[in-house]
Amino acid sequence: MDASTPSPLIPESLRDQIRALFPRYPNKRAVTLPALHLVQHHFRCVPHRALAEIADLLEITPAEVHDTMSFYGFFTQAPVGDVRVWICRSLSCMIRGGDQLLEHACSRLGIQPGGTSPDGKITIELAECLGICEFAPAALADDGRIFGPLDEPSVDRLLDLVAQGPVTDPPISPVLAAPARP
Amino acid sequence: MPAFEPVLSRNFQVPDSHTLRVYTERGGYSTARHVLTTMTPEAVVQVVKDSELRGRGGAGFATGLKWTFLPKDRKETFMCVNADESEPATFNNRWLMERDPHQLLEGILISCFATQAQIAYIYIRFEYINATRILEQAIAEARAAGHLGRNIYGSGFDCEIYVHRGAGAYICGEETGLIESLEGKRGWPRIKPPFPAIEGAFRKPTVVNNVETLCCVPHILERGASWFRSIGTPKSYGPKLYTVSGHVNRPVCVELPLGVTARELIDEHAGGCWKGRKVKAVVPGGISMGLMSADELDVKLDFEEIRKTGCLGLGTAALTVLDDHTSLVDYLYNTCRFFAHESCGQCTPCREGTAWFYKTLKRIKAGGGRLEDLDLLRSLAQNLGITPGTTICGLADGAAWPIRNALDKFRPEFEDYIRTHQNPAAGPTPLQEAIFHGRPADPLITQIGLSKPSTPASALNPPPPTPSTATH
Ligand SMILES: Cc1cc2nc3c(=O)[nH]c(=O)nc-3n(C[C@H](O)[C@H](O)[C@H](O)COP(=O)(O)O)c2cc1C
Ligand code: SF4
Ligand code: FES
Repeated sequence: MDASTPSPLIPESLRDQIRALFPRYPNKRAVTLPALHLVQHHFRCVPHRALAEIADLLEITPAEVHDTMSFYGFFTQAPVGDVRVWICRSLSCMIRGGDQLLEHACSRLGIQPGGTSPDGKITIELAECLGICEFAPAALADDGRIFGPLDEPSVDRLLDLVAQGPVTDPPISPVLAAPARP
Repeated sequence: MPAFEPVLSRNFQVPDSHTLRVYTERGGYSTARHVLTTMTPEAVVQVVKDSELRGRGGAGFATGLKWTFLPKDRKETFMCVNADESEPATFNNRWLMERDPHQLLEGILISCFATQAQIAYIYIRFEYINATRILEQAIAEARAAGHLGRNIYGSGFDCEIYVHRGAGAYICGEETGLIESLEGKRGWPRIKPPFPAIEGAFRKPTVVNNVETLCCVPHILERGASWFRSIGTPKSYGPKLYTVSGHVNRPVCVELPLGVTARELIDEHAGGCWKGRKVKAVVPGGISMGLMSADELDVKLDFEEIRKTGCLGLGTAALTVLDDHTSLVDYLYNTCRFFAHESCGQCTPCREGTAWFYKTLKRIKAGGGRLEDLDLLRSLAQNLGITPGTTICGLADGAAWPIRNALDKFRPEFEDYIRTHQNPAAGPTPLQEAIFHGRPADPLITQIGLSKPSTPASALNPPPPTPSTATH
């Protein structure tokens, strides 16, 4: 390891997880996205120092890691909340009222899209089609929970629900939907 | 014609359909075992070729033929399974992966054997969090049971399947964008040729196929090429998972023979248009494919006939239904916003063009539109994409097609909107004015191939009409 980083940010266990992926690919650079995902998951962001440490592990330059990281909308440099919620704004959701839901969620938490609630529990982001259009207007949490069809009251319940923290192994059907209207 | 029997979705409603136990109880992996132990790779390719299976990822390219493009003397081959499914309104791959992951794995295994690829990467969009988890469990189960790994079924063939997660970029669904992304770089599509079959992932011969395409493969090998060709319409054979969303009572993912009509899908499978309203327009196959009007609902949704409507193609066969209360300005604004957001920025016409579309639609929506904007949009749309040859990949075509179709089929609605929604505060920017009037940016206009407005410049020079003059 680089002598200038005596106390590495990325813990050894995470490094092992990254190294364990090397045999899957012909070169180490291909592990860039998986490594970024592991780091983002661990720190809820990709800190600047971690970037250099990933580069070190993959034997590429920090600039290369940064180049890749910045291309994708997913990785953040500031920590996201305990649960990240994406609200879809694409066509099938928009025409069923999706555009308003993002606004509603943000105003209830007093944040802008992409922002995190002051208690650090929820980050709300806009998204293009989440591939769950049968539940439009729909939202997705980064623990895998899906929500929809939503309306404003059910968005409120969604926010209360995710404020309780992430879950493991959610079902593939929505965990919350607006009551069907007659 | 015998009643249609769903095959791709046959396990969807079975409890625990995602487990190896249920899959094998229902006959799973017996085709792979048969193929690997009794057939040659060439024979498998031939069967797939004979079935005339066409890719389900959007382009509809013949799968068997694509496999024959791999160099004969290759030493190493990779398979990339395209599970990026980000085309708005599309979710059939998600159903296939969540509800029957082993069907996909069996399809990958047989296809890897046919193409002699020993490693397959399933490039799955990050948002498919549950599908990722389910696939990873399925791979572990299949591996433990000897359906993957070394010397599978004693055939001497080795195969590993790895899940590789994307990170929220639509463009990584384009096959070479996917490959670049897999290699750990930004997802910038490559200039073709060389095609991936010659030089793909890690500069090695590579097969890229969609999830649904590969799910068809075990069934073709089990039931034969002529069975496959007995389903569907000429040049569009086999079963297809259609999805219907938007203004319908019951959004669905349903398996039907290729070539059903939008009317059938909406009325018989999706519970009809919601709230008792009428259908105004239908997006046929993900928003890239353009727009069908209500008069075109009886056109067969297959790879060929749909082109008669002026749409780009069948795409992902993902319908979005728009009811007669929908403003097509909103529709077009939404598609333009999507493509401006998702253009990878590599080609100038696409990066600037999609941004221009979006800005213009935003302005029209806000009440600053001019009738001339429609001509400008239309001519820009004509000149953008791989069809006219100005970009590297098809994202640009997908951005242009909704504009082409919407303006060709519904122009009066846009004109009406512009006339009746004038808001002086939302006028065009000076640069937009200058470019439209051909001054002083003439060279730019010639470069991007725009024809000059046919109206004499003097008629256009006055500022945009005030609401009072524009509202008739
Ligand atoms: C902008 C763009 C996005 C695409 N997105 C996808 C996608 O999400 N999934 C997919 O299977 N194919 C997608 N494709 C098509 C692929 O480039 C490629 O044709 C396909 O994966 C080949 O597989 P197939 O022959 O089995 O259809 C996309 C193409 C373009 C131009
Ligand atoms: S056409 Fe658009 S998306 Fe495709 S490579 Fe060019 S800039 Fe990128
Ligand atoms: S359009 Fe919103 S999930 Fe697909």
